Amino acid sequence: MTLARRIIPCLDVDAGRVVKGIEFEGLRDMGDPAELGARYNREGADELVVLDISASVQGRATFLETIRRVAEQLNIPLTAGGGIRKMEDGRAVLRAGADKVTVNTAAVERPELISELSQQFGAQAVVLSLDVKRKGDSWEAYTRGGRDATGLDAAEWAAEAVSRGAGEILVTSIDRDGTCSGFDCELTAKIAATVPVPVIASGGASTFEDFLSVYTDGCADAALAASIFHQETRSISALKKFLAERGVPIRLSR
Amino acid sequence: MKIAIVDYGAGNLPSVERALRGLGAETERAVEPGQLRAAKAIVLPGVGHFAAFVAGLRERNLTEPLRAAFQAGVPILGICLGLQAMFASSEEAPGDKGLGFFPEEVRALPTNVKSPHIGWNQVRRTQASVLLRGIPDDAYFYFAHSFAAPASAEPTVAACDHGFPFSAVIERGNLRGVQFHPEKSGETGAQVLRNFVESIQ
Repeated sequence: MTLARRIIPCLDVDAGRVVKGIEFEGLRDMGDPAELGARYNREGADELVVLDISASVQGRATFLETIRRVAEQLNIPLTAGGGIRKMEDGRAVLRAGADKVTVNTAAVERPELISELSQQFGAQAVVLSLDVKRKGDSWEAYTRGGRDATGLDAAEWAAEAVSRGAGEILVTSIDRDGTCSGFDCELTAKIAATVPVPVIASGGASTFEDFLSVYTDGCADAALAASIFHQETRSISALKKFLAERGVPIRLSR
Repeated sequence: MKIAIVDYGAGNLPSVERALRGLGAETERAVEPGQLRAAKAIVLPGVGHFAAFVAGLRERNLTEPLRAAFQAGVPILGICLGLQAMFASSEEAPGDKGLGFFPEEVRALPTNVKSPHIGWNQVRRTQASVLLRGIPDDAYFYFAHSFAAPASAEPTVAACDHGFPFSAVIERGNLRGVQFHPEKSGETGAQVLRNFVESIQ
């Protein structure tokens, strides 16, 4: 009896479409969120994350509709976030069908947001999204989609967020994101050693071996990736088989 | 037979509703005592805080109708916090009373393991189970909780371990409960709900 390591595909959504940021090109359309969500659900994803990357006030209604459409396709947990500024934003996302909500920028600006969400919906529904860049021997937390440095030490901020009621940490290495050079295992191991809640690794996934490393060396409870799954070059079921054969506790779909 | 899903003002009601309807079951959201008194089967879903849960039931005058339904033998399925609420009390909300169908106290997961217990885990059958009928022993279920009833509780038919052995499935008389979320547990979870629906027909 073992808690399985989770594989979590992520849909970055803008104006109701899944997009991928391409250097010098801007955003490339990757498809319909509900269709992709249904496919991942079928292929054995353990959870799905949907992020509103535009996070604009005008786009809120569209994003909530996206969550509703995606949630209808799933019989696995759904996490949603991007632009969650206040309690009511969190409530709207959960009402639309998400099981968990991620917070980042607004939580740095006003950490009480984490406490409020946790008291209302439970720690299991509140995920701190932690975007970080390496700074010497440690990591610094960034907000606003990786644009603004906060001056906060990533591990210390993660610990505070947990003490305020965050039930999971989604840690993204900005340095690795989009580079296909693998997860930053030192980073996830550091966060996992600091906080008593599950840690989801993100940023840099490219090969099956990257996932194996982040569960072993990186001590991650879950690993998140976007584009490598979208392109159907690497299926979730093949990845799960690869990991299971190497002794990682994995839920194999039947 | 129509299943009344208790709507106490929080919880993940839509996903439970969708899962049951997907199996062909008829459902209604029960927000008033009268609906529970007339119900032939009840699902008690739940996420969030034990205190908010019992307060939500109390404010809507749903506590007594639930106890009456239990006494009358109406099948009741508790999910996650809905299972925990069937016990006498919880460490999450000292001083608040649960429904008290079972005498044990729901306990916090210990500090030597990650809490919340979030993710897919397996369960160990300790007695014959209606809800787990047709489900292989090594199947995974999705859990998301920080508190749990001890596996030693008398109605436990399947246990899970996370810090201590806790009750993953309970069954006794007309009462059934699962600590995991069947509505989020893929095809395996759908089978659990199907087993419940079939058991009340």
